[in-house]
Amino acid sequence: MDNILSMYLYPAAIIAAKSVFLITTLLITIAFLLLADRKIWAAVQMRRGPNVVGAFGLLQSFADLLKFVLKEVIIPSKADKAVFLLAPFVTTVFAISAWAVIPFDAGIVLADINIGVLYILAISSLGVYGIIMGGWASNSKYPFLGALRSAAQMVSYEVSIGFVIITVILLSGSLNLTDIVNAQSGDYGILNWYFIPLFPMFVVFFISALAETNRPPFDLPEAESELVAGFMVEYSSTPYLMFMLGEYVSIVLMCAFATILFLGGWHAPLPILDFIPGFVWFVIKVCFMFFMFAMVKAMVPRYRYDQLMRLGWKVFLPLSLVMVAVTATFVVFFK
Amino acid sequence: MIVVSLLFYLFSFIMIASAFMVILSRNPVHSVLFLILCFFNSAGIFLILGAEFLAFILVIVYVGAVAVLFLFVVMMLDVEFKSISSTVISYLPIGLTIGVIILAELMLVLFTWKRDYSVTDNLSLSTDTQYSNTEIIGLVLYTDNILFFQLAGLILLASMIGAIILTVNHRPSAKRQDINKQVERDAESSIKNIDMKPGSGI
Repeated sequence: MDNILSMYLYPAAIIAAKSVFLITTLLITIAFLLLADRKIWAAVQMRRGPNVVGAFGLLQSFADLLKFVLKEVIIPSKADKAVFLLAPFVTTVFAISAWAVIPFDAGIVLADINIGVLYILAISSLGVYGIIMGGWASNSKYPFLGALRSAAQMVSYEVSIGFVIITVILLSGSLNLTDIVNAQSGDYGILNWYFIPLFPMFVVFFISALAETNRPPFDLPEAESELVAGFMVEYSSTPYLMFMLGEYVSIVLMCAFATILFLGGWHAPLPILDFIPGFVWFVIKVCFMFFMFAMVKAMVPRYRYDQLMRLGWKVFLPLSLVMVAVTATFVVFFK
Repeated sequence: MIVVSLLFYLFSFIMIASAFMVILSRNPVHSVLFLILCFFNSAGIFLILGAEFLAFILVIVYVGAVAVLFLFVVMMLDVEFKSISSTVISYLPIGLTIGVIILAELMLVLFTWKRDYSVTDNLSLSTDTQYSNTEIIGLVLYTDNILFFQLAGLILLASMIGAIILTVNHRPSAKRQDINKQVERDAESSIKNIDMKPGSGI
């Protein structure tokens, strides 16, 4: 019995405590990133943005949380109740669980598994289920159309994201996220990071990540001018909050993933700056990526659906395939 | 090890239960969702075996792509759920016949099956833990079994081309969008002045 305790129970308790800490930190960070998103958007449009709750509106997200939770959950008649309520949970749970393998600093990672890249790819490809289930269970036309659009969109852009990741794996020679980050360390700081040799792939990954997370200009599943609010039309209060939370968690996940694959993870841009802890660099880089996401949202008009599909299948897929071949050739002959 | 076996029984129980629910649930969308749960638990069993690469490939390919397409198709079907349950009885004889045949065949295999211990000695890959199982699969798949790998790829390619040929419909009269043409278009090439005579069209 003692054996079981020491072999399974204590490690399990430690992992659970770490997970709770990670999730809490993540959610609080996301509350402020959401505010930052709205503030950046407002600044681009020369507005003030949320500025009433707390100093500079810092507590706006928490006020929103209270508002969402206290409102009534409305379930449409003839909706499939179980699937309707399961859908937002699926979105949020999958979005959060992908964070288990993200390394924040050397050794600071919840699960340092051999195939971290595949894990993230698998979990992020499951995010589509929340949207499909929600759209179908609402028993209404707009949500259903939104769900169909979203399913096609996310499946299309996953293909190019997969090929982009393969180019990084070819260079680093590992599926482990920590190894990928360490492969980008060196004496030259920023010049060692993969976004320089793989710059086209970095751009493709960035745009595909926008499409994968349904961010503008690819937010067609919830295009308000055509579909009211897409798959979320019938959702209110807490289930709606769960959808939005899941969306933002996966956006920040994509920022962290891009940081790990292309921006050198926790390494400092210049060797002189090594005295600053790696965790700080990681956060700075993720915030920079998030700033880029927010700027795109503020500046670029929404794509038409056929343009979106053309970009995914006819531009990104051939481009990333060619880059896989080029990178593989380089690795075989020059490395 | 008891925890591992407990996990194994948990995963297999959920897997078999959800497989039953696939055929028992009235709503086809629920069936597909249970099928996804079933895939998930089989991925869990792969993880227990230490085959993490296969587990995640299973999730990516079957859950992330194939089941999405299933769900897509099933959601689009406008099926009346009551009519399905009333026609079940008429399919009972043929279903029972097929079920009995498969069960008999399984029994035949099960009772004549013997384990050949020489197989473990003749494995083509090393079972030491020097390599991760991603590397082991790569080492075997792209060297010893490259012919089968390429053949499988060819078969998939052929079926893909076949599906495209069956569904593509090239009508010369259909107007298609050509992005390059649209981008190159300017005022000079697309606007012309015409002197109209009063009382006649163009």
